[in-house]
Amino acid sequence: MSQLLEAFAWIGDPTRWSGPGGIPVRLAEHLWYTALGVAIAALIAVPVGLYVGHSHRARGLTVAISGAARALPTLGLVTLFGLWFGIGLTAPILAFVVLAIPSLLAGAYSACESVDPDTVDAARAQGMTEWQILTRVEVPLGMPLLISGLRLAVVQVVATVMLASYIGNGGLGRFIFLGLNLQDYPQMLGGSILVVALALVLDVLLRLLERGISPRGAARV
Amino acid sequence: MTWILANLGLLGERLLAHLGQALPPIVLAFVLAIPIAKLANSRGWLRGGLTAGAGLLYAVPSLPLFIVLPIVLGTGIRSSVNIIVALTIYGLALMVPSASEALRSVSGSTLQSATAQGYAPFARFWSVELPLAGPALVAGLRVVAVSTVSLVTVGGVLGVPSLGMLFVDGFQRNITAEILSGIVLTAALAVALDLLIVLGGRLLLPWAHSRTGGGR
Repeated sequence: MSQLLEAFAWIGDPTRWSGPGGIPVRLAEHLWYTALGVAIAALIAVPVGLYVGHSHRARGLTVAISGAARALPTLGLVTLFGLWFGIGLTAPILAFVVLAIPSLLAGAYSACESVDPDTVDAARAQGMTEWQILTRVEVPLGMPLLISGLRLAVVQVVATVMLASYIGNGGLGRFIFLGLNLQDYPQMLGGSILVVALALVLDVLLRLLERGISPRGAARV
Repeated sequence: MTWILANLGLLGERLLAHLGQALPPIVLAFVLAIPIAKLANSRGWLRGGLTAGAGLLYAVPSLPLFIVLPIVLGTGIRSSVNIIVALTIYGLALMVPSASEALRSVSGSTLQSATAQGYAPFARFWSVELPLAGPALVAGLRVVAVSTVSLVTVGGVLGVPSLGMLFVDGFQRNITAEILSGIVLTAALAVALDLLIVLGGRLLLPWAHSRTGGGR
């Protein structure tokens, strides 16, 4: 347990909280990579998922893709892209996007599918266009599922950003791999605690959003 | 291709080590989740708490858990025991909520008829409740198996031998074929275990698959 205390002492050390390699810089990098990866993935996956969910087309294929992606080893993707694209942001961002797409895709199509078909038919009978049905009925009612997909994607990418430090990128994973190389266990543990805290805080915030955003009568996760 | 042919022995060795770290957590999570879920279903507060806890636990990245566990277990950082224990915990985080749902899906009147027919509580659980919950349990187990096989690779960055070591080694030595074969073998292992579980489920629960296609 003394090692745990040393790790907290490592986090609490004021010199860690300033300078180019300090905790605030690494935390900001971690958040920035996560946001960038999830945003690009959402731009691709959400429209496709909503289209699949609304039109009921290519559903089997979409389910198969999001299922198969679960079997892809994150670390393998990160190191492969690292070799192919070299140092820089291209490799990790590409890995984050690939790994965030399945959760977002599943969230988007299940958001549409969770809406009662009678409700959709009623909207159609009232003269709504397909676009209006999607944006005014299906998306608002399915919003909690959409946010739940976003949450799973964020959690996945936070973990992947940590692994991407292995191929030389910034983020909180730096401390873990630096500690591993230097056999500096308190630093490894301190970095680990920071990553876990970040993942949990983001998870809880998005759960709160999920709850706050659901309209009356909407699907619950 | 030449790299792969020259290193078939290494690939086999890594694959076996990988299987050795993936199978125990999958089996343990499945076997432990059923009694935990049964207990949780009998107490509402416990069920809510476990489901919420499991959801949060799943948000914790695996590598930090691999690093923290040696303190608790007294193992070395490169010990595969850490991986097995950590992945059993993850497996439980996935399997307990899913098993709890599976057991709850068995209709209460069916259970009452079984009791009326003279089933003792354990016999009722073993020969009525468990078989009826079987298909949903199998669906949960498939998710656990695929996710566990993929997570074992993360131990590679710490130097725990598994298919993950191929990524680390391939990256450091600039061998694309090594990383690619690691990815393909990991995915193939996941698919193979998944198929085995589906087949096993059909053999053990032949009445089930016509109603519940494929699961997730």
